[in-house]
Amino acid sequence: MTTPLKNTKVITANRLIDGDAVWLGTNGQWLDRVDNALVIESKEQLEAQMVIAMKSDADNYVVEPYDIDVNVESGKVVPTKFREVIRTKGPTVRTDLGKQGDFQAHAA
Amino acid sequence: MYRYDEFDKEFVSKRVAQFREQVERRVSGELSEDNFKPLRLMNGVYLQLHAYMLRVAVPYGTLSSKQMRKLAHIAKKYDRDYGHFTTRQNIQYNWPKLSDIPDILEELAEVEMHAIQTSGNCIRNVTTDHFAGAAKDEIADPRPYAEILRQWSSIHPEFSFLPRKFKIAVTGAPNDRAAIQFHDIGLEVKKDAAGRIGFAFYVGGGQGRTPMIAKLINEFVPQEDLLSYTEAILRVYNLYGRRDNKYKARIKILVHEAGIDKIREDVAAEFARIKDSVLKLPDEDVTAIEAYFAAPEFKELPNVSTAFEQAKVRDAGFKTWVEQNVTEHAKVGYGIVTISVKKPGDAPGDASSAQMNVMADLGEKYSFDELRISHEQNVVLPHVALDDLEAVYKALVEADLATSNAGLISDMIACPGLDYCALATARSIPVAQSLATKFEDDERQRDIGPLKLKISGCINACGHHHVGHIGILGVDRKGEELYQITLGGSADEQASVGQILGPGFPSDKVDDAIETIVETYLQNRTSKDEAFIDAYRRLGAEPFKQALYG
Ligand code: SF4
Repeated sequence: MTTPLKNTKVITANRLIDGDAVWLGTNGQWLDRVDNALVIESKEQLEAQMVIAMKSDADNYVVEPYDIDVNVESGKVVPTKFREVIRTKGPTVRTDLGKQGDFQAHAA
Repeated sequence: MYRYDEFDKEFVSKRVAQFREQVERRVSGELSEDNFKPLRLMNGVYLQLHAYMLRVAVPYGTLSSKQMRKLAHIAKKYDRDYGHFTTRQNIQYNWPKLSDIPDILEELAEVEMHAIQTSGNCIRNVTTDHFAGAAKDEIADPRPYAEILRQWSSIHPEFSFLPRKFKIAVTGAPNDRAAIQFHDIGLEVKKDAAGRIGFAFYVGGGQGRTPMIAKLINEFVPQEDLLSYTEAILRVYNLYGRRDNKYKARIKILVHEAGIDKIREDVAAEFARIKDSVLKLPDEDVTAIEAYFAAPEFKELPNVSTAFEQAKVRDAGFKTWVEQNVTEHAKVGYGIVTISVKKPGDAPGDASSAQMNVMADLGEKYSFDELRISHEQNVVLPHVALDDLEAVYKALVEADLATSNAGLISDMIACPGLDYCALATARSIPVAQSLATKFEDDERQRDIGPLKLKISGCINACGHHHVGHIGILGVDRKGEELYQITLGGSADEQASVGQILGPGFPSDKVDDAIETIVETYLQNRTSKDEAFIDAYRRLGAEPFKQALYG
């Protein structure tokens, strides 16, 4: 028996060494992009994944992990809060910077 | 300018070495985030939405060309090629890697700069008038006093863990350009009847979620007692300031709750005890510090420069820029240049490394190697000969820094907001960009006249919205960015806190709302000479409310 969450979630943090926003993936690894983050559906899964995340915190890979609400829209993970959407992309006023900028740099 | 002595040098380089070790210990796991956070904050390092942020102190906003070039170099080498000038006369870098920060601090130390006490519950960078040492209305240059306070407050063991952060501002002129009444302590340099220098002390001002105008605690404290009286205030605050609730921990709450008379009494008692201690400031010490801020070797120039007058006749753009961005200097034949870092459409206060280098070159060539950062997020060349203004202007045009909007509606203060800041509830930069673009027409904004428009991305009020003639506060209303508008704030000697007009507006309606307010002012002003804030004070909020909400 699992207890479904009101809203699906992913776990996020900032990487210790450079402060970059990262999201927890399926095998306990931290991803630079939210796209393939592990979407958590139950309370039990959240607890288990939080243990993994906190281990990375204790191992000094990330800083202060926390969970955020997300929706899956056309197969894409989209945070519900605007603040978290901005973290997945970068400043809305400098689309050359942050994740969106990395994308542009790679696409160029 | 102040130069580090051996003590300063050794202290800063030891501190860099210490922080390098702390970073290494953090990365290796010896220090947890809980252990490390207060240490990084003490060195100006925050963790924001996308990356770390490093806040570098520009003591009382004064810097040399060499220092400005170093700031440019750091932006280019370690960051994303730009920096953000803040309302505390500092600069922030938005993207440094934690592992690079010790190297950045080492580079800063090479030019006598650092990030110490730019964060944490300590006495922060002392701010002052960005026209200090150049302003015509000045009684005395406030920077020597700011420097004395900086030396006294740097790693002051008793005041390193105050209930909350503590900000001091000093003005040397009766026209307050340093917003002293919105600081924990505000100092106004004065002369008494005998011509002695001293200070009017204001205490308990601040913005944030509870904006308060500072109260006058002492009309005249002689110069020799500057440190003992300041220390007495800090002691009373350190003793009685609340530590149980961070929102009630600033001295403004203590002053508000205990009453200024009680605080005045307590401070007087403490002052009487320590007045004749080592804190007494001998004249020689003040003179020694003043020597660092001696006026540059100005030339004796005629009060009319033919070359300058001719240039204004030939170039209308130059004439407009001079009228808007050049302020009369205390010395005949010179002007104070405000370089607007507010090109409409750009993020207020953001300058690229190339722009910083241009400003550094201009400071070196035309302003006796001096630059200033203003709390309005602009850069000032304090001492430019009128004959040189045209050359300065042309170089600024080339660098995209010649916007003629100083003091006008598009010269907006804006904090980083939700685009960068972990505490933000809404974005401020895009709203500022849109408004500045809307009002960018020179003729129109000059017709509107002096108007201070300020926006913050949360109630912490780093964008000084409470003291904007028009203030905008971004809030989160059920996941939507909503913008509350206040009117009637003012940070100068006629200090006032803006009043909320009514319900907030979604981001796409803010431009129209501000337009309505401006139009209401234009229709109701007695003449062009009645500035927005004066008209508001005469009319009150009602006509603006009517126009906005019906
Ligand atoms: S006012 Fe709020 S959003 Fe703006 S910089 Fe300060 S803390 Fe951040």
